[in-house]
Amino acid sequence: MGNLLQIENGESVKRSDIPLVPFDRFAKLLSDFVRKDGFIVQFFAFVEDGGNRLLAVVRNSHLYVVSTEVGEEFPSFTATCSEKFHMFEREIAEQFGITPVNHPWLKMVRYHANYRGVPDVFGNDYAEDIPGKYPYFQVEGEAVHEVAVGPVHAGIIEPGHFRFQCAGEEVFSLEIQLGYQHRGVENLLTEVAMKRLPIICEGIAGDTSVGHNLCCCQALESLAGLSVDPGARVVRAIALELERIANHIGDLGALSGDVAFNPPAAYFGRIRGEFLNLLQVLCGNRFGKSLVLPGGVSKLMNPEQVKIIEDKLKELEPEIRHVCDLLFTSQTVQARFEHTGTVAKQMAEDLGLVGYSGRASGIDYDARVTFPTEVYGLLPANRNEMTKGDVYSRATVRREEIMHSIHLIKTLLNKSGEASSKTLMQEISLQPDAFVVTVNEGWRGELSHCLMTDASGKIARYKVKDPSFHNWTGLAMSLRNQEISDFPLCNKSFNLSYCGFDL
Amino acid sequence: MESFVSILIALLSAPLFPGIILKVKALFAGKKGPPLLIKYYTLMKLFKKGSVYSTTTSFVFKLGPIVSLAGGIMILLFFPLGAIAPVLSFHGDVLVLFYVLATGRFFTIAAALDTGSPFQGMGAAREAFFGTLAEASIFAVLILFYRMTHSLSFGEYFTGANPISLTGPAGALLLLVIVALFIVLLTENSRVPVDDPATHLELTMIHEVMVLDHSGPDLALIELGSFYKLFFYSAFLAMIVCPLSPSGGLLNLPVFYGIVVLVYMTIGLVESIMARFKMNLVPKFVLTSSILVVFAAILTMGFIK
Repeated sequence: MGNLLQIENGESVKRSDIPLVPFDRFAKLLSDFVRKDGFIVQFFAFVEDGGNRLLAVVRNSHLYVVSTEVGEEFPSFTATCSEKFHMFEREIAEQFGITPVNHPWLKMVRYHANYRGVPDVFGNDYAEDIPGKYPYFQVEGEAVHEVAVGPVHAGIIEPGHFRFQCAGEEVFSLEIQLGYQHRGVENLLTEVAMKRLPIICEGIAGDTSVGHNLCCCQALESLAGLSVDPGARVVRAIALELERIANHIGDLGALSGDVAFNPPAAYFGRIRGEFLNLLQVLCGNRFGKSLVLPGGVSKLMNPEQVKIIEDKLKELEPEIRHVCDLLFTSQTVQARFEHTGTVAKQMAEDLGLVGYSGRASGIDYDARVTFPTEVYGLLPANRNEMTKGDVYSRATVRREEIMHSIHLIKTLLNKSGEASSKTLMQEISLQPDAFVVTVNEGWRGELSHCLMTDASGKIARYKVKDPSFHNWTGLAMSLRNQEISDFPLCNKSFNLSYCGFDL
Repeated sequence: MESFVSILIALLSAPLFPGIILKVKALFAGKKGPPLLIKYYTLMKLFKKGSVYSTTTSFVFKLGPIVSLAGGIMILLFFPLGAIAPVLSFHGDVLVLFYVLATGRFFTIAAALDTGSPFQGMGAAREAFFGTLAEASIFAVLILFYRMTHSLSFGEYFTGANPISLTGPAGALLLLVIVALFIVLLTENSRVPVDDPATHLELTMIHEVMVLDHSGPDLALIELGSFYKLFFYSAFLAMIVCPLSPSGGLLNLPVFYGIVVLVYMTIGLVESIMARFKMNLVPKFVLTSSILVVFAAILTMGFIK
């Protein structure tokens, strides 16, 4: 792949080994790669020796990294190559004030001043409220009306602003504006003491605390040269799967509630609680917080806990099966789910959707299979047959993944006898001038953290990517020519993270 | 005297029955559900609160709740609950009364548009559309009943010389009417599968979204009005299902309210076993009811004469 450096998931490399190529070469490499079924894992900017650098981590069946140096602007890849770049380029413009020239939709991502203190690309005064100077996209015409929803919503959910351009009940266009929860996570992670990193990462997205923290800890382990006991790896995988099941079940229940079909909503609500309780059995916290630490896990799994989890799974599995049958065989529910919010495979590939949203559209990518971490290399993969890209497919993928994850946990419980020791948060020193990228399949899809250390071993750049970063555009596209009354259903079928996106 | 006792019982007990729907739904969901008297508590809570008015609204906004409540009470005054003669009655009252209900809707829609919110406009458009379709069914029912009883008043339908009865010569046709009226009941009262009274999702709402801006006592009036409207449709159905003799007097009431409770339980049952329809399927659903009644009316041409 000349000039693209192949790397392994969670393997640290010297920063000097990352190819630094001229921009033209960089553009050609990336464009060629992305056109040949390549996807972008990370694409971000950082400052090095006073100059702006761009770094891209891309994947097909392997991970590759390449970087280049740019000035205050560069020709947009979104304009010349693929929509897969579009959010990343907007993020680069927002974070570092580097303009992607000819970007077709250069709009702020999260609404904050850039890190370099250079004039704002968007001309915004950030003392004003979102959206600042930005005029929302509008469709003109007598019959067109605009509906604005949020950022404050009726339910207890996160803030986000949705603008619909409709003719009657039909949606022409949906524009999603986020950024209301921007906390500056990436910069915070480079500033705080090492021992706070796992705690902050657990708070990036509250429903993905195990996933994000796992990415962080794997990166730190790699940079510090820590090894993890096989037993601890088993516990981590179990925690990640429990998180996946709890969220999928909660969402199936919410989908059911959104179409006013109450019984499964109530049953799934309870069952979700049971899985959160299992996480508590495992680590003392219902959301799996404070379990994963660099070097292992904070709590060991003893036979008593194994027994509790085994028994509970035995009890819950048939219940889940029954409630799923109730939900998926009900004709009125099928009528709502099928052909609603369809994202065709071509569209999903163009946008680079990940996780169940991508798999429901036929993109067969699961980071647990392609880039296995922990013990996933030894475990069987899941296959889903329903790939029509509608709400029904997304719900079905969730159902299959729940069953698959239960199977995985059962398998892992049998391995629980493996040696392990408890880890405490320790002061660790990181390899200087190093780079690492970690990729894990969180319950929503591909999570990725990227760390770069400086000459003193301090973290110079911490880049976080939640799967929602890819998938929000998918939600916007799924609403095209749908009924506006189906928006809540489509939204729930994706169930993307606001704070994971806002960082 | 009996008439006044009967209407008083109805007005006081109407908020009880929606509690039954909630109980049935809770039962299906494996929950305990709220107490049966929940709606009374809600009303008390709302009446104690103050009202908040948006600065964009005018007097029209305040008129909506009052007119819709008045419509709900008025139609009950004319209805022979449990075959007890209604407080008021005149020939042709049904036509007036259904339009009194429609006036209530008109003012609710006007109040919703008065807020200038895009949600409320959307809800108003849906409500107006589906309400118009339901009207077709109601008037088909009135035509059919006219052919059966030669009268145009609720009093005459159930207490007149020629009462509507399942056991009468055209009783079989009433089965179609019962189904059609139940569909109308679900539509007019924003129940599943047409609307979801429990949702918090503004974009999917029909009726609820129109009253989002009302608060405190205004909201209480709207709630009360909707209880009476639902009670009226349930009572209408109950009287068709189980016609009672006017001679029974107040003793009819236990049977009547028993049937009414069954109607409410059926609503709860339907809401538990069905998901909502996609919005574009609702018109077909509502029109099904008119087709049923029109079909019944055509059949009367043959053998009622």
